Amino acid sequence: MTDAPTDDNPTDSPPATHRPLVVLDKVNKHFGDLHVLKDIDLTIGEGEVVVVIGPSGSGKSTLCRTINRLETFETGTIEIDGVALPDEGKELARLRADVGMVFQSFNLFAHKTIRENLTLGPIKVRGLGVDKANERATQLLERVGITEQADKYPAQLSGGQQQRVAIARALAMDPKVMLFDEPTSALDPEMINEVLDVMTGLAKDGMTMVVVTHEMGFARRAANRVVFMSGGQIVEESTPQEFFTNPRSDRAKDFLSKILTH
Amino acid sequence: MDAITQNLDLFWNGFLRSLTICLWGGVGSLVLGTFIATCRVAPVAPLRTFGTAWVTVIRNCPLSVLLFMFAFGLPEIGINAEYYYFGLAALIIYTSAFVCEGLRAGINSVSAGQAEAARAIGLTFTQTLTQIVLPQAFRTSIPPVGSVIIAMFKNSAVVGAFGVGLDLYSVGESLTSAQGFAALPVLTGVAIGYLMITLPAGVGLGVLERKVAIAR
Repeated sequence: MTDAPTDDNPTDSPPATHRPLVVLDKVNKHFGDLHVLKDIDLTIGEGEVVVVIGPSGSGKSTLCRTINRLETFETGTIEIDGVALPDEGKELARLRADVGMVFQSFNLFAHKTIRENLTLGPIKVRGLGVDKANERATQLLERVGITEQADKYPAQLSGGQQQRVAIARALAMDPKVMLFDEPTSALDPEMINEVLDVMTGLAKDGMTMVVVTHEMGFARRAANRVVFMSGGQIVEESTPQEFFTNPRSDRAKDFLSKILTH
Repeated sequence: MDAITQNLDLFWNGFLRSLTICLWGGVGSLVLGTFIATCRVAPVAPLRTFGTAWVTVIRNCPLSVLLFMFAFGLPEIGINAEYYYFGLAALIIYTSAFVCEGLRAGINSVSAGQAEAARAIGLTFTQTLTQIVLPQAFRTSIPPVGSVIIAMFKNSAVVGAFGVGLDLYSVGESLTSAQGFAALPVLTGVAIGYLMITLPAGVGLGVLERKVAIAR
């Protein structure tokens, strides 16, 4: 088994010790006339943390959302743990249960308590008993540092707390891989770290993660691999060390010069 | 006032009959309206077409025409029932189109992110709708759908005029035309009867709205 990146991306990505978990092959997507994803090839190994960065409009969020088919795509294939993404329906729902997703705007269920947010999926999708689901919810809330808010509603929590709950909600499904779509972009600055700390902890525990973010500190600290996107293409992928100190493409150099100067 | 006091039991029975029509009409049009609204937002194109066609046709037909079709048209093609059931069915179908649109306003007010998050944890379309979207949509739909339901309570008088018999409107009609009581007091009595249904309904809706309000 190999997860070597495709030939047109000669990179120094981590050695092929990971079992491939998410495999994108020649994925193309248009929004009307706009070609947002151009022949995307990307393989994410089990336990790997891949950070996707790039200028806004580069297609990185779309890429993230395509992996669990919240966005459809026209050509190419996406496999998760060896299974190609099916069309919308029960099969896809089952596959999505294995892919955790954390959104920029948290999207906690507004009419349900924090605890119910965590137990809904396990009960309705996994068929877990209420007691088991509650027990697990308590553990997960502890893990993300939200202990006394279980019976509150999302709107009663701060942004940082809501996002940590959203991470716990995704974890409650025991996902094989977690997708983070700019998880800290909607947060006040003082709340960013509490969320990144939880994510760093997850990465350390071996969770497979795809993280779209502008947090370069997190990329350096937690990523195995940085994927740089621009204009709907993967322009460069390498280790964080390599990417931040020695970017090869002009577009990456230009991007880094803009974000790292202040 | 004699017209009312002398016929109090007639009025009371008419009130009960009208109340029954209102309750069944309310339940029926809410259920049917929810179903049609579900069709209109379903990921299946034929269902959406059906929902849109339903609303377009039903909403743009006068209630009286629908009632005529049910009461006089259906027996022509061999479907027979009491006027009461024909009237109720027409009222429910007519109201369902408006309930559907009120609900759809509520559904559209639920942010797309709520449904995305639901799908992302593996809920199916039906589960997403029943667990996440509709419960939130109902809350925002209470004022518009409530107005539709109150309008339906009043429309039950039109159903009465089509010969359901024994409802409030029919009581008024028979007292004035058949028994020769003065119109003004009798119709005042009828109006009071309808207000006894619609006013508490309005208060109830206000209470319901406050009770299920959620911070967002």
